[in-house]
Amino acid sequence: MPLLVPQLPKGPHYGILAEFGTPTDLYHACERVRDAGFTRWDAHSPFPVHGLERAMGIRRSPLPWIVLIAGLTGAAFGFGLQWLVHASAQPLVISGKPYFSWPAFIPITFELGVLFAAFGAVLGMLALNRLPMHYHPLFRSKVFERVTDDAFFISIESWDPRFDSAATRKLLESLGARSVELLES
Amino acid sequence: MTSERDYVGLRPEQATIPPGHSWNRIPVIGAACAVLGAVGCAILGAANPKQFFFSWLVSFLFFLSLALGALFFVLIQWATQGGWGIVVRRIGETVFVTIPVMAALFVPLLFGLQDVYSWTVPGAAEHDALLQWKAPYLNVPFFLIRAAIFFGCWSFIAVLYYRLSRGQDATGDPKVSARLRALAGPAIIVLAITQTFASIDWIVSLTPHWYSTMFGVYFFAGSFVGFIALLSVIAAAMRGAGLLETVISAEHLHDIGKFLFAFTAFWAYIGFSQFFLIWYANLPEESIWFKARLEGSWEFVSLLLMAGHFGAPFFYLMGRAVKRKGWTLAVGGTWVLAMHFVDLYWQVMPTLHPEGVRPSALDVAALLAVGGCFVAVTGWLMRRQALVPLRDPRLAESLAFENA
Repeated sequence: MPLLVPQLPKGPHYGILAEFGTPTDLYHACERVRDAGFTRWDAHSPFPVHGLERAMGIRRSPLPWIVLIAGLTGAAFGFGLQWLVHASAQPLVISGKPYFSWPAFIPITFELGVLFAAFGAVLGMLALNRLPMHYHPLFRSKVFERVTDDAFFISIESWDPRFDSAATRKLLESLGARSVELLES
Repeated sequence: MTSERDYVGLRPEQATIPPGHSWNRIPVIGAACAVLGAVGCAILGAANPKQFFFSWLVSFLFFLSLALGALFFVLIQWATQGGWGIVVRRIGETVFVTIPVMAALFVPLLFGLQDVYSWTVPGAAEHDALLQWKAPYLNVPFFLIRAAIFFGCWSFIAVLYYRLSRGQDATGDPKVSARLRALAGPAIIVLAITQTFASIDWIVSLTPHWYSTMFGVYFFAGSFVGFIALLSVIAAAMRGAGLLETVISAEHLHDIGKFLFAFTAFWAYIGFSQFFLIWYANLPEESIWFKARLEGSWEFVSLLLMAGHFGAPFFYLMGRAVKRKGWTLAVGGTWVLAMHFVDLYWQVMPTLHPEGVRPSALDVAALLAVGGCFVAVTGWLMRRQALVPLRDPRLAESLAFENA
């Protein structure tokens, strides 16, 4: 089940975790980490911080395209199924209408379009986020428990090409981190 | 992230049309169109009064529906305490305060009631059981009283909201906002009821046997999406003309675009539901209305509405980037506005020309006359006023608005 386990860097260290005291510190630290050219890293916060995705330089999600394709597939499936049943496989005269009465197919077409689009949104979101994930090295950190309470974190993974345990630690400390810790894989 | 500098109000000169700006000429251009259109209507209409009254009705309904859509847009923002739209609220206020002018433009129709509404012809109900049944509602005196009530209610709400909002520009009194917010709920109820009956009186009664319980909502859906389309065009044009450049941002255009997208889908949902139930039940006095619109060249117009009022704008406006640029949004807005006109034309004209689409020079003349008046009045007001509610207590929130 590739979805259930995290992709982990090889080697003894998962990466570096830095703790910040305020969302403002986190925001500005993210801008600096982004500008330093890191690619395999993440920010963690107890609540959404507005504009953080821009400070992190995250590209727009492909999720809208997944939803669009899923929705169109659902609509085509709904319409096609009714055409197959009513006009081809089992033609019956219903309330005096022609076999292929497309207006009658629209409600189901619409509903299946919405249903598939919703599936696409939920499942696509889970897949893009690699969820559900039952284990992650970040959870070994004791301070990281406060990520659901009042602390803000940046984690930089060791397989980032720019990662260097000493230099990266120094960078994060210079950005105002309250604590910096090296995590094992 | 919003920074401190966003929480500064606007100087009046940032939100007015400066002297010598090309937009100062809009009222004159509008008035010239109105005169040209009126002369055209007089010359061509004398030869063909019936066509004139129908053409006039379509154009009157088009601009009236835009004003009613504007009224609903502003009222719903008050009722829900919407913050983002305050920078475009004055545009809506300027559009809906044309309603008293629309009342004056309704008067010409009164001279052609018998040409337009067959049930007003004396003796029409004599051999018609359905018209006899409907006579307590469908009679000329009551029709006129209702029209007076509709325009009275709309004008009262429109002028009240316009004057108090303009007054707040000078005083900055937060009590004005509290009062307008408290009145918005009841005003929406009054608007919903009067607009429903107005659409029945002026459009449904063209085919007096026909009835559709969904028609009021259908007219509302068209009027609202029409106004949002107009709003997107005006907002983009203002930015293009160097007005409100620092005020209306891509974030506001984005939200207008979302409204436009959502309400093209809403219009289609309501329009299809109305058609679907009538088509399925197939009761003669109901389906006769759609039969007329699915025969001859009117069928082409019906298909055009499906593809053009729903399909094309739905997919065009779906993406994010299209809604955030002025010109791409304005292209969508112009298209939907044109389709709104086609929609009203398709509702009214098959009564006059059941044999097929018969475009007439009077359609253009009436559009110029009514539209010229509409543009002249809104353009004249925009010269005289701030283009945003300058001292609304929540203007700063609207200026700093960002989509999450």
